[in-house]
Amino acid sequence: MNLDLDAAATAFRDEVRDWLAANVPGERLPSVDTPAGDAAHRAWERRLAGAGLAVVSWPAEYGGRAVPPLHALLFEEEYHAAGAPARIGQNGLFLLAPTLLAHGTAEQRARILPPMARADEVWAQAWSEPEAGSDLAAIRSSARRTAGGWLLSGQKTWSSRAVVADRAFGLFRTDPGAERHRGLTYLMFDLRAAGVTVRPIRQLDGDPGFAEIFLDDVFVPDADVIGAAGDGWRMAMSTAGHERGLTLRSPGRFLAAARRLVTLWRTAGDPTDTGLRDRVADAWIGAQAYRMHAFASLDAQPAPFAASATKLFWSELDLALHETALDVLGAAAETHPAWTDGYLFALAGPIYAGTNEIQRDILAQRVLGLPRDRGRER
Amino acid sequence: MRLVPSPEQAGFAATLHDLLTAADVPSAAARWADGDTAPGRAIWSRLAGAGVTGLIVPERWGGAGAGAADLVIACEVLGHHALPGPVAESIAAVPALLTALGEDGPKDDRAADKWLPELAAGRIIATLAAPPWLPYAADPDAADLVLLAEPGVVRLARTGTVHASMDPTRRLAEVSASGPATRAAVAHALNLGALSCAAQLLGAGHALLEAAVAHAKTRSQFGRPVGSFQALQHRLADVAVGLEFARPLLYAATTAGSAGDAARNVSAAKVACGEAAHRAARAALQVHGAIGYTREHGLGRWLTKVRVLTLAWGTPAQHRARIMAELTR
Repeated sequence: MNLDLDAAATAFRDEVRDWLAANVPGERLPSVDTPAGDAAHRAWERRLAGAGLAVVSWPAEYGGRAVPPLHALLFEEEYHAAGAPARIGQNGLFLLAPTLLAHGTAEQRARILPPMARADEVWAQAWSEPEAGSDLAAIRSSARRTAGGWLLSGQKTWSSRAVVADRAFGLFRTDPGAERHRGLTYLMFDLRAAGVTVRPIRQLDGDPGFAEIFLDDVFVPDADVIGAAGDGWRMAMSTAGHERGLTLRSPGRFLAAARRLVTLWRTAGDPTDTGLRDRVADAWIGAQAYRMHAFASLDAQPAPFAASATKLFWSELDLALHETALDVLGAAAETHPAWTDGYLFALAGPIYAGTNEIQRDILAQRVLGLPRDRGRER
Repeated sequence: MRLVPSPEQAGFAATLHDLLTAADVPSAAARWADGDTAPGRAIWSRLAGAGVTGLIVPERWGGAGAGAADLVIACEVLGHHALPGPVAESIAAVPALLTALGEDGPKDDRAADKWLPELAAGRIIATLAAPPWLPYAADPDAADLVLLAEPGVVRLARTGTVHASMDPTRRLAEVSASGPATRAAVAHALNLGALSCAAQLLGAGHALLEAAVAHAKTRSQFGRPVGSFQALQHRLADVAVGLEFARPLLYAATTAGSAGDAARNVSAAKVACGEAAHRAARAALQVHGAIGYTREHGLGRWLTKVRVLTLAWGTPAQHRARIMAELTR
């Protein structure tokens, strides 16, 4: 066992570190979900892409460098350590792109990935519906066959980034007669197409981070179906694995927060409060555990449903990091957006990407092999 | 960069697992608890034959000269079977102390020459006190060599009053120095001991989860397996997550690094493995219900060992304090 980086990894990490040190904006950009923030974050993405750092793990033909997964983890560590801006394209970059690379056609990859890498096209996810949250297979929005494609109808909700995004991807029912997990199809659609209405929803933090999408006979060409019609559930679960796993929530994010928390404790903590000190230690341990788990996963065959354990771990770690920071700051904490913003964001972690209760169901039944409750259909 | 066992290491773990499965550890543990360590020592001899007791002993003293990674892989299996005896003392800390004496100690010090070949061959078992992490020496009645380690120095020691432990397969002796102090790399040896203890805890935690899952699948109440109840499923899922994310810390702590990194990484592994194993123990007992609370069932061997090993080799509070001292240095 060793944690040594070879010369190529070290050189890559140093290049990323140097570029970020020279280019990360000195001031925080406006929120990504505001018009000014939208423009600023897209401009930042174009600079990243210009340096060849927007999508380092992708094949070169789509704007990447085809670096190995270890390098991608190192990139994330450097990115978060440098305090670089939020990735406005994250839904596309980390959820849709891995699905396209695994299941998309060559035409789809060539058409969709390069503009995604430059943030010329920003993507929103459109999974949930008013009656299909944790029970995602209860989706009612439909896609009806028409000449050359499909007509989408229905309502999506909690659609992250839909207010500023250009396009969206999601699941639609194409065969109302089929058993609920079958008959679903994975489709991409234009958020500015005729028949689309986006209604912003203000989140707990005040920003319109997600939205409702109303669809009224929205045309989608056959070229924008991922995989086969009726095979959408399998495609979506492949994306869910990315959302729950490492690609969306890399260790770098939590390492950076743990480092900030230790600094906060050193400068503002009460050294006699050993209970709080132990919570700082535990948060640091958790960030290290997540990092080492990611490194270990590089050399192991991914176990089925491993992303469910990962999702439980990072979402609870994120909360622990921020809860602890607020407790260190004490009564003044509410005036520190540097921590309260992260806290409000962390509160959403156990809910999105499949609630933690759903992840525990999956772990218990699919990994531990415990019997399903006969009272619930899954 | 590599943080998973090699095929050779995985094969070594499987060999030890088979050896202990065939060795009837439960009977040996019951006899050990009654004061008869002979069947347990026979298992230790077989482990010596498989290379476990000489794992980190350098080749010049008859050992395998292996590193910390092989050590934690072996200790995880020993913990999985809740093997009685001073595991972290006799196969990790004491060999490390004696090796340090033999390689860097006074030229006239013959302790390494005298004891290391015996330890490697499995002819003796060693134990150790090292306050404050180890206020007592474990299993004095099974040990042929007793050391007392203090910051920077180690001595031969004699045992005094022996106390019973909550773990029926453990006894704890007060010790006093019986020889002169010799300078030695004590901190490194104690870190190896703590890491071996963490590995035992992780192995025990996995055994407890396996036992709980097996019971939950077969025990039926209200006309269905209790494992179909969500309250129980979620508790066991959390146990699985805790164990899953503790193991990489254990492996990371076996890699080379600066002294400060080593202390931090060992402490992180000890805290995480102890907590994961403790959660597994609590969940396993709750899943089993009253049958798990009987001496006859045997679950208690893991329950009590996990609790005492969580406190031995540095309490969670001591390790958290050490992490924060290193981080805010």
